[in-house]
Amino acid sequence: MFESVLVANRAEIARRVIRTVRGMGLKAVAVYSEADADLPYVAEADEAVLIGPAKPADSYLDVEAILEAARRTNAQAVHPGYGFLAENAGFAERVIDEGLAWVGPPPQAIAVMGDKINARNLMEEAGVPVSAGTREPVHDADSAVREAARIGYPVMVKAAGGGGGIGMSAARDEAELRKAYETARTRAERFFGSADILLERFIEHARHVEVQILGLADGAVIALGERDCSIQRRHQKIVEETPSPVVGVELRSRMLEAAVRAGAAVDYRGAGTVECLVDPGTQDFVFLEMNTRLQVEHPVTELVTGVDLVEQQLLIAAGEPVTISGASPRGHAIEFRVYAEDPKRFLPSPGQITVWEEPTGEGIRVDSGYTAGNTVTPFYDPLLAKLCVYDADRDAALERARVAVEEFKVAGVKTNLPFFVELLDNPEFTRGTYDTGLVDGRLRAS
Amino acid sequence: MAEVRAEMVANVWKVVVDEGAQVEEGDTLVILESMKMEIPVVAEDAGTVAQLKVAEGDVVQEGHLIAVIE
Repeated sequence: MFESVLVANRAEIARRVIRTVRGMGLKAVAVYSEADADLPYVAEADEAVLIGPAKPADSYLDVEAILEAARRTNAQAVHPGYGFLAENAGFAERVIDEGLAWVGPPPQAIAVMGDKINARNLMEEAGVPVSAGTREPVHDADSAVREAARIGYPVMVKAAGGGGGIGMSAARDEAELRKAYETARTRAERFFGSADILLERFIEHARHVEVQILGLADGAVIALGERDCSIQRRHQKIVEETPSPVVGVELRSRMLEAAVRAGAAVDYRGAGTVECLVDPGTQDFVFLEMNTRLQVEHPVTELVTGVDLVEQQLLIAAGEPVTISGASPRGHAIEFRVYAEDPKRFLPSPGQITVWEEPTGEGIRVDSGYTAGNTVTPFYDPLLAKLCVYDADRDAALERARVAVEEFKVAGVKTNLPFFVELLDNPEFTRGTYDTGLVDGRLRAS
Repeated sequence: MAEVRAEMVANVWKVVVDEGAQVEEGDTLVILESMKMEIPVVAEDAGTVAQLKVAEGDVVQEGHLIAVIE
């Protein structure tokens, strides 16, 4: 087993990884930009290295600066967290070439799954259901129109190399499609460096449900249950729960089995997530994409299974033998992403945090990246903390969440906590009958 | 005359109009970026862009003057 781990990330996820690294008796090395020097994770690491200015391209995305930090601190492994370089196959290769342990899947698995068109085609061949869609990248609006006619409206238009919902939109007719195509193409070029566009049949009133998998050191792939991530704004998840209120026993077993097949098809190692769309009425599902890293929302799975996913990632990266054999989830867990944004329009709200009081107690877990006195800068995403609640069943978890949301006090920046008060009072949410259209379509219809 | 100001700390990603341009109500003047989100700044009235106070790559603070529409 390696003895030290460099965490190539920032804020809440760096802090969360550092906690497990140190808990395993290993040395934790943090890296930070000039904007993040005062964040708690920097102080909590055994060593911390300044890697550059605030702009992500000059720090958290700077491969050479991160590798130099690893050399200087004699780090023996690199954990990428999520975002930044976590799904960059080139970075994974560089880490491995440096003789360090890469706490993630093989670079080849990252590369294959990073292209959504490739991934869809490969999954279809592996017997995982996919929706009707393009098998080749679409390069101009006219081809998009032709493909959409074949697939059937409505269609979802997205960047093949994309993520985070950026540039993604649904189109119901040709006029909307031409607009959606142009939006997707410009965003794809800007954010993902590739103009490849993919069209997929859009499923109305779908639920976004994903399966956590672990590819073990011996090559076996296991599934650790699902997470329902259908509460989204701007196609980005804001609340996640497990188990899904709409996934029945039979559907769950089909989804878990398909997720294991998906992982096996790319020789997956470590923690990964197979994202699917579920039609609650028909109990059908289709593959959406695979995230080849730890997910933001991994804590809900940890709460119901008792498995520390970061510990498993580290053990697998070190080639250690399997310590879990499938997990039987118990109870219900819900995560709320606390963002620095106004609770009405969800617009960013950078600033200095003057008050920060986290709820505590049984069945409450808070993974936070900030504390009072910290400045939330405009350079990174708005996630401040993840408030997670756990209880014996969904109703009890919701009740616990109501109290915890009220007890979470943040001032100095606006947060979406007041939105969660509203959500926890919404009948669609409390009954569990919501879909991905709840927030942008009904609660915040423009 | 209408002053257009930044609603939050942000980076200026794109300047869409030039000084002297005619704009309609709702036209995008510049696109800001903050916390990985693009935020279009639009003209609230039709008119001429009399002054444009930001350039691509600038960092604006809340309340920072972006443009003056006459």
